[in-house]
Amino acid sequence: MIQYEKFTLENGLRVLVHTDESTPMAVVNVIYDVGARDENPEKTGFAHLFEHLMFGGSINIPEYDEPLQMAGGENNAFTTNDLTNYYCQLPAENIETAFWLESDRMLSLAFDSKSLDVQRKVVCEEFKEHYINKPYGDAWHKMRELAYTVHPYRWMTIGKELRHVEEATLQDVKDFFYKHYTPINAILVVAGNITVEQVKELSQKWFGPIPSGTKYNRQLPVEPRQTAPKMMEVKASVPLDALYKCWHIYPRLDKRYYVTDLITEILSGGGSSRLFQALVKEKQLFSNIDCSHYGSTDAGLLSITGKLVKGVKMKDAEAAVMEEIVRLQQEGISEQELQKVKNKTESMMAFEDMSVMNRATNLAMYELLGDADLINKELEMYQAVTREELLNESRAIFDESNCNTLYYYSDN
Amino acid sequence: MIDRAKSPLIKDAIEFNLHLKPYEKFVLDNGVEVYSIHAGAQEVLQLELVFFAGNTYEKQNGLAAATNYMLRNGTSTKTAFQINEHFEYYGAYCNRTSNNETASVSLHTLSKHVNELLPLMREMITDSVFPEEELEIYKQNSKQKLSVNLQKCDFVANRLIDAYLFGEQHPYGKYLVAADYDALTTDMMKAHFQQYYKNGNIVIFVAGNLPLDLFAQLNSQFGDLPITTSHQLPKKDIIIPASQKKYRVINDPNGVQGAIRIARPFPGRHHPDFMNIMVLNAVLGGFFGSRLMSNIREDKGYTYGIHSYVQNHFQDSAWMISTEAGKDVSEATMEEIYKEMKLLTEEPIDEEELLLVRNYLIGSILGDLDGPFQIIGRWKNIILNNLDHQYFYDSITTIKTIPAEELMGLSKKYLQPSDWYELLVI
Repeated sequence: MIQYEKFTLENGLRVLVHTDESTPMAVVNVIYDVGARDENPEKTGFAHLFEHLMFGGSINIPEYDEPLQMAGGENNAFTTNDLTNYYCQLPAENIETAFWLESDRMLSLAFDSKSLDVQRKVVCEEFKEHYINKPYGDAWHKMRELAYTVHPYRWMTIGKELRHVEEATLQDVKDFFYKHYTPINAILVVAGNITVEQVKELSQKWFGPIPSGTKYNRQLPVEPRQTAPKMMEVKASVPLDALYKCWHIYPRLDKRYYVTDLITEILSGGGSSRLFQALVKEKQLFSNIDCSHYGSTDAGLLSITGKLVKGVKMKDAEAAVMEEIVRLQQEGISEQELQKVKNKTESMMAFEDMSVMNRATNLAMYELLGDADLINKELEMYQAVTREELLNESRAIFDESNCNTLYYYSDN
Repeated sequence: MIDRAKSPLIKDAIEFNLHLKPYEKFVLDNGVEVYSIHAGAQEVLQLELVFFAGNTYEKQNGLAAATNYMLRNGTSTKTAFQINEHFEYYGAYCNRTSNNETASVSLHTLSKHVNELLPLMREMITDSVFPEEELEIYKQNSKQKLSVNLQKCDFVANRLIDAYLFGEQHPYGKYLVAADYDALTTDMMKAHFQQYYKNGNIVIFVAGNLPLDLFAQLNSQFGDLPITTSHQLPKKDIIIPASQKKYRVINDPNGVQGAIRIARPFPGRHHPDFMNIMVLNAVLGGFFGSRLMSNIREDKGYTYGIHSYVQNHFQDSAWMISTEAGKDVSEATMEEIYKEMKLLTEEPIDEEELLLVRNYLIGSILGDLDGPFQIIGRWKNIILNNLDHQYFYDSITTIKTIPAEELMGLSKKYLQPSDWYELLVI
């Protein structure tokens, strides 16, 4: 059970406090309700580029990192298709430094053109390092474009192409900031060796005076139901053929999300999972196989991906995957197998909760989803999943017309 | 109105008194040492059986890693599937790791299930049978993975630089090629297992929320085995460094980035300069505010990240600078690296910068000591290196007090470009 208190400042900033006196540290986590899905399709990758610029100096403080390091702190941030999250950890005695730094960059950035020039380059190198200069690095770009027709999950957080990042202007940066980086669109979580009173006082002092901003109401195109299977082939300079298959699943807050999550565990959650045992160990068609999903806020994708053993034909490998799916759809799973994946989920959550940083970030993410209380309710949701629900969902999700397939061939 | 240009008062992290929670030590009936940290609010624990069975001891390239990997792939009474299913049913994770000297089997579990899992761990380390068909699958999949990795400039660069520093025969410098996998046999694995696991040299580390009867359980599962603890490290292998210092390798003609590794041999943890170099390394490239990062990423935008570190070896070590930079700015990146090295030999680090580095390091150790797994991790490093708590407190004192002049002296001693290997892989 994770205890927390919540209050809202007059400007609309939501503040959550989680006290843990066993640590000498404090964590300050700020989440902004903006991600790659909120980007202009002609300017993708911007939310993430912007995250980099948040470290390039704010209106009253030329450097973000230095004063934090001087106070014994460290920090980082990440951007997803759904949100942007900033976190720092420092000795609890110095917590006010984090309030000072975080509130100033919520108030306004310095909008320094040198910082934009440099970070455009840094992000382009990040793009190259992870998506161009790596074998199979472009597979997810292609898969997203195949699976989504209108929803902005069509592109990856890093962006559709280098050009979009290269062409970002200072005006784009300003517009984005004033639209999204305001108290009304943010959530502050403070955790660790601090008291609620302390956080109330500090957040009023530092964040209270910031103008509220306008609530951003997202109106994204809804992805229409897919009615026929889609498929794509590519040939690239990689050593092995690879298979990627994706099916549309449910939004994060849909009750069926928990069922779907357990399905991925059953199929590939470890050495005794079905796909690994059947396809890597027994039939030896794949050298690795993985079933997963991103846990995205809007309806996401469940994927099965794997590299084929040299000499195996794509059609045979794919047929074997489908054979396992059909077995799931026809026979369902045993009570023992269901208990196994529930137990795994329980222990995964316990390990995740060990770090105060994880607890802070999770509280912020759940509050952004609409209810911080979910942090204490999720285990129950998993425990309540039945064999019958699992059977029904495996039939609904793995419907042929809901499927997207990418054959990624080696060119040698 | 608050003055936002003015920073709030801080307590310098160097004023903090860091405390490394002491371990409790138990000795099993056969002399095996168990080091434990009982702490944490979550009902979880981590157990690690550390064997001296790493690649230093192997008689064939890749044997130590393969033997360690296959500990989960079958005993005389259970198949790989049954072993995995047992751990996973209890929501537990059993992992294997093989390093240069040590090779471990670890368990992460909810504390309430540990007694259901220890007997299986005993079985794995006493009765693994290394089935032929499991080895064939391992060979095939490892070779496939290798073929993908060999396309990556960073992977290739990491292999080559270690080979230049230590020589291809040295445990720290050797690397695997496909033919090494082909040469593995189950007989070799059984022999390695017999010598280094079944009758091996082991230390046990456990941390988390520990059940009251845990030591009785550990003693009953592991206390009657012909294993024991000895703190003798293997004799040093001979280092044969490459005579050529500069390398340019084209691995992928279509590559858009270059992997840069600039490295020099460096004495190990027991050398008197070691702790001091930790501070100098932080200034150079050890954290986000370091000089390399500030210059090459935050000023020039040549890379997504650049880091320097001293390799964590038991014996001789190496000091390494590592980055992936745009292909057209790779040479410029290397020039900047040498400029930063030179600057450290010519001008003392100013007090403000040095205070920042000290505060940052202390703050990060303070954060790092948060939680039982982190604390046992620190102890593991100290114990396996034959050091004691004094090493931890001395390193804190070094961070807090080492003067700038001394760091400049160390720079002159260690940052001479002619001592450094230089590699670019595109």
